[in-house]
Amino acid sequence: MNTTITIDGKTVPFTDGQTIMDAALASGIYIPHLCHNPDFEPHGSCKLCVVSVNGRNMTSCTMPASEGMVVASDTHELNEDRKVLVQMLFVEGNHICPACEASGNCQLQASAYYLNMLSPHFTHFYAPREVDASHPDIFLDLNRCILCELCVRASREIDGKNVFGISGRGIHTHLVVNAASGRLGDTDFAVTDRAAHVCPTGAILIKRQGYRIPIGKRTFDQRNISEVQMESSQHVEPDDERKT
Amino acid sequence: MNEKRKMRVATCSLAGCFGCHMSLLDIDEKLFDLLEMIEFDRTPFTDIKHCGPCDIGIVEGGVSNAENARVLKEFRDNCRILVAIGACAIDGNVPALRNNIDLWDCFQEVYLYEGGLEGNQIPNDPELPLPFDKVYPIYEVVKVDYFLPGCPPSADTIWKFLNDLIAGREPKVSYEMLRYD
Repeated sequence: MNTTITIDGKTVPFTDGQTIMDAALASGIYIPHLCHNPDFEPHGSCKLCVVSVNGRNMTSCTMPASEGMVVASDTHELNEDRKVLVQMLFVEGNHICPACEASGNCQLQASAYYLNMLSPHFTHFYAPREVDASHPDIFLDLNRCILCELCVRASREIDGKNVFGISGRGIHTHLVVNAASGRLGDTDFAVTDRAAHVCPTGAILIKRQGYRIPIGKRTFDQRNISEVQMESSQHVEPDDERKT
Repeated sequence: MNEKRKMRVATCSLAGCFGCHMSLLDIDEKLFDLLEMIEFDRTPFTDIKHCGPCDIGIVEGGVSNAENARVLKEFRDNCRILVAIGACAIDGNVPALRNNIDLWDCFQEVYLYEGGLEGNQIPNDPELPLPFDKVYPIYEVVKVDYFLPGCPPSADTIWKFLNDLIAGREPKVSYEMLRYD
């Protein structure tokens, strides 16, 4: 049975079981998100997709749509909140875009552009984090990891390998590699795995691929993240995951 | 009618590469228009040694040593509006890659262990500014009024930004002007 909610005044149909995010994407309404990917179960960690539902703030990726909901998303207040969340992610890691191979193809950076982030505002953590270059084809740079767990989910659910996990508590929470040595090179991770291409930032990079796309032709050089993510939510190209 | 007083502008490079200054020069012949509107105080383009009272101070580079901090404070004390220009002033950028390496290890690597440096020592003349443990964004040291990201920001972006600032408009960094790389 088709029923409807309203998002920013627009009537949006949904079917039973769809979240607010699902209904929005299906109707061509962009809600900023980083940890959400339509191919995976919702995660709810990045909090960028928080919307106001009947006056209360909720993550649209986890909240099931129900008849008559009144949702506000594209408001100044919510977008300012989203900018603060992105600023928190920037100071927590070491996001040095001018030296990053993912620059121009990075969803964290593109979200910051979309939300007009002019500075990270907060005090930088400059946390010591590791780079794992032990794998012949893939880099793992934890300096840029935002703990969206898309690689964890992709490896478990699609690749059937369980290469990644999350360990630690609080600010010490970090991505770990499920090998006795903790090194990526000691797993059966392969460059053809979905998990190798699902990272929204530059934390997982394919070796010998960096800087191949000229500036001006990178994913977010011409189109903003709302345009790119709306298009890719209609058809996902697995080999071009960083654009989604 | 009185001729409009020219804005006084100071610029400096702290732990910068002078790339943001080069990008400012990339406005090319519009430099003549710029000089109609402003007068430079202390900048690498002039011979003025200390920053005097200014309308606008433009700072490139992060804070990496005691001299950087002293210059930054002089700019903050004298400039009505202080602008952080470029990624280094805003988040430390590439120089901040040293933040997770012990400073003493860095010094030993550069001044002692490098081949062909037998008999060398780590420079310790009091004339040299002492480096800080980390490279800091300038807003973590003084209050900053405006940020213009980019590594460097493009000449067009700097031109647009300066025009807004000089005309007394709130400078807007549009989506097209905004980039961090």
